[in-house]
This record gives sequence, structure tokens and C-alpha cells, in this order.
Amino acid sequence: MKLLRWSLPLAIFIVVAGFLYVGLFRDPHEVPSPLIGKPAPAFSLAELHHPDRTLATADMRGQVWLLNVWASWCVSCREEHPLLVALSKAGIVPIIGLDYKDKPEDGLAWLGGNGDPYTESVVDLDGRVGINWGVYGVPETFVIDKAGIIRYKQIGPLTGDALNRKILPLVRELQKS
Amino acid sequence: MIPELGHFALIVALLVAIVQGVLPMIGAARRDSALMAVAVPAARAQFALVALAFGCLAWSFVTSDFSVQNVAVNSNSHLPLRYRFAATWGSHEGSLLLWALMLGGWGFAVSVFSRNLPQVLRARVLAVMGLVAIGFLLFMLAASDPFLRLVPVPPEGRDLNALLQDPGMVVHPPMLYMGYVGFSVAFAFAIAALIGGKLDASWARWSRPWTTVAWSFLTIGIALGSIWSYYTLGWGGWWFWDPVENASFMPWLAGTALIHSLAVTEKRGAFRSWTVLLAILAFSLSLIGTFLVRSGVLTSVHAFATDPARGTFILGFLAIVIGGSLTLYAFRAGAVGAGGEFAPVSRESMLLGNNILLIIALASVLLGTLYPLFIDALNLGKISVGPPYFDSVFYPLMAPMIFLMGVGPIASWRKARIPDLWTRLRWAAYVAAATGVLAPFAMGRWKPLVALGLLLAAWVAGATASALLQRLRAAPQRGIVAKLRANSPAWYGMLLAHLGVAAFIAGVTLVKGYEVERDVRLDVGQGVEVGGDTYTFRGIVPQAGPNYDALVGTVEVTRGDRHVATLRPQKRTYRASGEVMTEASIQSGILGDHYVSLGEPVTAQGTSGAWAVRIYVKPFVDWIWFGCLLMALGGFTAIADRRYRLALRHRLASVLGAAARGAT
Repeated sequence: MKLLRWSLPLAIFIVVAGFLYVGLFRDPHEVPSPLIGKPAPAFSLAELHHPDRTLATADMRGQVWLLNVWASWCVSCREEHPLLVALSKAGIVPIIGLDYKDKPEDGLAWLGGNGDPYTESVVDLDGRVGINWGVYGVPETFVIDKAGIIRYKQIGPLTGDALNRKILPLVRELQKS
Repeated sequence: MIPELGHFALIVALLVAIVQGVLPMIGAARRDSALMAVAVPAARAQFALVALAFGCLAWSFVTSDFSVQNVAVNSNSHLPLRYRFAATWGSHEGSLLLWALMLGGWGFAVSVFSRNLPQVLRARVLAVMGLVAIGFLLFMLAASDPFLRLVPVPPEGRDLNALLQDPGMVVHPPMLYMGYVGFSVAFAFAIAALIGGKLDASWARWSRPWTTVAWSFLTIGIALGSIWSYYTLGWGGWWFWDPVENASFMPWLAGTALIHSLAVTEKRGAFRSWTVLLAILAFSLSLIGTFLVRSGVLTSVHAFATDPARGTFILGFLAIVIGGSLTLYAFRAGAVGAGGEFAPVSRESMLLGNNILLIIALASVLLGTLYPLFIDALNLGKISVGPPYFDSVFYPLMAPMIFLMGVGPIASWRKARIPDLWTRLRWAAYVAAATGVLAPFAMGRWKPLVALGLLLAAWVAGATASALLQRLRAAPQRGIVAKLRANSPAWYGMLLAHLGVAAFIAGVTLVKGYEVERDVRLDVGQGVEVGGDTYTFRGIVPQAGPNYDALVGTVEVTRGDRHVATLRPQKRTYRASGEVMTEASIQSGILGDHYVSLGEPVTAQGTSGAWAVRIYVKPFVDWIWFGCLLMALGGFTAIADRRYRLALRHRLASVLGAAARGAT
């Protein structure tokens, strides 16, 4: 009985060590979005280039598309921007930009300076659509299929690796179906 | 040649550590003086060898020897000298070498300052430290060689992570590691006592100064890290409950409990098995912290290179050291005995209460830190635990502890009377209540949590002042100097540290209660009013640094017509890596900081147009670190105590006496 009492710290340590061991083989950076496999949250927002027109998720039905969340104030967006421009030139898939918590004039100026890869950009001035989409960092990129289901989410800037190994193969596969 | 010399020194150090860990242990078991006597020279030799290895690595960094992979990846010839030197511990391998160097250094210190220890105890303590060193040296040689050569030799290095190119990098890791590793001494004493089965007041007296010094260094180390993140990360935060911060905070909590528990064990002989457990815990948490930081099992702002193979090695090492010592504890703790009796109201019970609260706080930080890992390992999903959890759990636990902090130093040992306590603490209670009610008005707005925080801070400060005044009044000596000298440095150290806690609480309360954070867009010449001051943006000037290009903004701070400060926040782009760093510009004052950092240019004119600027007003934020400094000063004051000085003088006398006898 005494021994049992003195062994308690050891028992706690063994449990913690067991978890630490399992944790070694997990990647804590991999945070799956709960939205994957779920319908894309609907929005209808003013277009950046034509503020009098709106673009809605429903307009994209029937095609595979990317939603890229960006902003003029976002540093990492500069990092992925050349990739997006190249992707848009290749014309494989429409890219809709969600200009997140940004003033339209700043967003336009930024695209003017850095090149505009977007089929169209929409303005999420107060970030409400971003909340629905579970955006917690900019940039983020979503892949949405023909039925309007989110299939993939990239958190942080796109990399050549992620694009070639995950996003493009997925887009091609979804376009076939 | 130099790197090979360093590598060779590490190999020899490992062999010496094996000798240091094994022979004295056998000697102690057999009461063989010759074997036990190996401990001291082995500990010194091991330190010299690790120091040589460290020197070799530092030399490679300072001279930019890019044939060493570690240097090529973590340094650059344009890096200023102090950062080339600090880059020595900027990598995973280098920081382990720093760990080993500190461990060797503490071992060396024990070998020097332990002459009056019983030979068996001294041999065992040094042997345990040798065994710990084996693990680290083996790990370095097997999986993290800092001296690995690179062929072909690159012409230029990849540069030190831009985040680490800061004066903080020069001082924060060494201080932190001094603290972390310093707990190895208390740990070694605890293990030696468990093996010997003898744990008495003298054991506690020997352990105490080592623990206090380690704790003081850890306090400084954590505070420096906090200051560093405050001005570097550009968000004006000083603590994020990030896993790596928690990894340093948990040993601190355990160490704080240990310091207080050791006091009881020394003075009253009580809490013995508990003290031993805390000593094991403090060092175990240092090791677990190293594991968490180095293995990458948790996400953190501290992005270190991660590697499961290394993680497995460290975990195996943890299992042996912590599992082994806790097993020893399970079998032997019953033998070390309980201790003196005490009443429910007494200094012992106050200290026990504070210990329990500290350990519950520690457990909740540990739980919050590891919770994402638990959930993931059980396949229940991926979650993260953030400041809301820690804030809501930690502060309520600290409030009663701070209350006890005021009472403890005044309560008498064994049995205290509540009416007495009330008489002696009356004034502190009045001052605390008045401060809590009135002081928030002086800040402009009354908030209940601010009132509570200031009440607690004033309570600790008031109770500490009462303790001092009452002691001085009661002292039989005449004259203030004589009265002051009647008390021990240990006691003044305690007062200083407790005052530090009061300053810390006041700082935290006021900055949390009244800080103003504004993200604004400013055109050149445009101003904005924040917290009564006007911040005017005067534009951006490019400026070249040694290994970076900076954009330096000028922000004029004025109050009415009076000029308050000119702040020059920077945005640096490091040439070798292309990394962008924000350097906030801060005007510090006793009443608070003006804090400005640059966001991004927000118009098409780029850097010459309008910028997003972050303006923070942080009232009393420096009190947080000033409080930490006082705590550490208290620790250093405490070890100047007569008891330890007497031991020193006694030792000197015996050495001199022996010399004199030898001369005759």
C-alpha cells in the first residue's frame, strides 16, 4: 500500500512518456479543416474590379475552382503570388480571389503592382465570409469541386511542391469526374 | 583541425563522464575511498574537455569556417561578431553543446564547493551528474554531431535565423540553461540522498544554495526571453503560453516550490519525501522541456529543426533518467522519514499550501501544453490550447497563493495564532484594500480585475514591509544599522523576492487592464491620437545594416506641444536568407512604454506611401521584468547567508590549518 503511494509519480510519468512517444510520429502542423468534404459556405460578394457586380458561390457550380484568400497587407501572399500568376497563365483552373479584410483600393493597387492571377476577386471587407470559411491565416487556398464541395485546403503560402503534388493532381482528377 | 579537436574532446569527455558516473558510485557502495576520490578530478576533467569542445565550435563560428556544416547552415561571414559567437548555440547541435557545457560547469562548481560534504555524498552527487552528462554527450556524438564537416565547402553560410540575430540571443539561452541545468545539482543531491537513505537538515542546507542559484538564473533567463519576444515579435505581447515558454516555466514553478519546501526541511525537518520529489520533478521538467523543444512534438513559434530519430533518443534518455529516479523514489521515499509535527495554522502549513497551489498550477500548465498531443494520440482530432485556457486556470490558482505569501513569512513555525497574525498584518490588509479600491481610479477607469490584482500586489508589498518593520522593532540591537545586520541575508533575499512578485503582479495587472493597441494606416505627415499622445508618421528612410537592409520609419510622439519621443521602428530584410524582421521601437519609462512597429506599406506607391503602423501603449509593462529581476536578486542575496559563509570560512581555515601543519 505504501509502495503504491510512492509509485504514483512514476505511474504518471509512464503515462506521459507513452503519449510523448506516440506524439513523435504525428505531425502537429497538420491541422485538417473541418470543412473538407462539406459544401463550401455560400457567399455573394461585390467584385473587386466591378463593384456594381456580385459573384456568388452558386455561379461557380459545375466547375472545379480554387478560392485563394489574400490581402494587400499580407506578407506571405507575396511569396506565393508568382506561383499563382504562373498557374493562371497555364489556364488550368479558375482562381477566385477573396480579398480578405482589405480596402478595395489597396487591393486593386496591390494587384496592379504585382500582377493579377485571379479570374475574379471578391471583396470580404469585414472578414465575415472568411469566418464562415474557417480562415485563420492569410493566405489560404481551397479546392472546390463541381458539386460545390471543399476538397482541399492549403494553409499558408502555396509552394511549388504542394501545387504539383497535391493541388494540381486533385484538380485534374476532379475535372475528369 | 580545430573542429576535429573539438570532436575528439567530446569523445574523451564521454569516456571521462562514464568514469565519473560509474566508479564513484561503486566506491560509495563499497565505502572505497580510492574509487570515490575519482569523482572530483573526473568532474573537473569532464568540464575542461566539454569547454574545449565548446571553444572549438565557437572558434569555427567566429572564424566563419564553412567547412563545418553547423557553421555553414547557421552563420554568415557578414554576421556581426557577437552573433557569430552566439550562433554557436543557435542550432540544435550547438544548444545541446551549451547544455553539456553548463552541466559540466555545475559539476565543476560542485567539485570545488563540496569539500565539507561527507565523502560518500559528494561521490554520489558527482556520479549522478556524470551519469546525466553521459546521456547528453552520447546523444551529441550519436545523433547531433556539431562538428560535422561539409564537402564541398560552400563559399558562404546560409546565415543565422533572422529572429535570432538579436542581443537577446547572446544572453537569453545561456541564462536559461544555467537555470535548467542548475537543477541537476538539486536532482543529484536528491538521488544521492535516496540511495543513501539519509535525508536530514544538513542535506537540505547543502542543497539549498544550489537550488536557489539555479532558480535565480532561470528567473532571469525566462524574463530575458519575455523581453526579447516583447520587442522582436512586433505584437507587443510579453507571454504567449507557447509550448516552449511553458517548457521553461514548468521547471520554474517546480523550482519555486522546491526552494520553499527545502526551507521547511532545513528548519523543521518536515516535508522530506516531498522535497526529494520536487527536486526530481524540477530537473525532470527541465529534461522534458528540452525534449518538447527539440523533438517537434508540439507546434510553437520556436521553429526548430525536428527529427523523430532524435526525439526517440531523447525520450529514451528521459525514460531512463526520470523513470529510473522515480522508481528509486518509489522504493526509497518511505525510508527517508517524515518530520516535525505542525499545527493547521503555522508557517509550515502556509508553505505546504503554497507548494500544493504551485504544483496544481504546474499540473494545469503541463496538461494544457500536452493536451493537443493527448487528443491527437488518442485520435480524437487536432486541437490547440491557447491563452484563454491558461489565463482562466492559472490566475485563480495564484490568487490564494499570493494571499498565503503575505502571511507565511510572518507566521511562526509549528503553531501560529490567528489573532496574532491579524494584529501583525492589519496594516498590510488596510493598505491592500485601499489600493484595490482607489488605485484603479488613478488609472482613469475602475475595473474589478484590476482592483483585485492591485489589491494582491499591495498585500504582498505591505505584508513584506510589515515583516521587515516588525523584525527591526523587535531586534534588541540599538541603531538602525545594527538592527539591519541582526537579520540574515537569506531573510532579506526572501523579502526582495517577494517584493519582486508584488512588482510583477502590479505590472501584469496594469498592462492587462489598460494597454491600448491600435493598428492604423498612416500617410506621411498624418498623426493619430492614442492614449492621450499624438503619433505622427514622418516617413520611411532606407538604411543598410551589416547583413540586412532596413526601412526605418520615423514616428514623432507628442503630448500637446510637448515632445515625448521620436521612435524609429524598422523593417529589416536579411540579405542571405531574405527573411523579413520587424524591429519595434520602444520608449520605456517607469509608467509604461510607447511601442511602435511597422506593418506593411498599404498603397501603390510602396514604401514611400502610407503604411500600416501598430501603436501600442503599455502602462507599467517594465514592472513585469523589474519584478523578475528583484526575484532573482533575492535569490542571489539569499546565498550570501552566514550559514554558507561560515561553512566557507571553516573550510578555508581547515585548508590553511593543514598547510600550516604541513609547514611545521
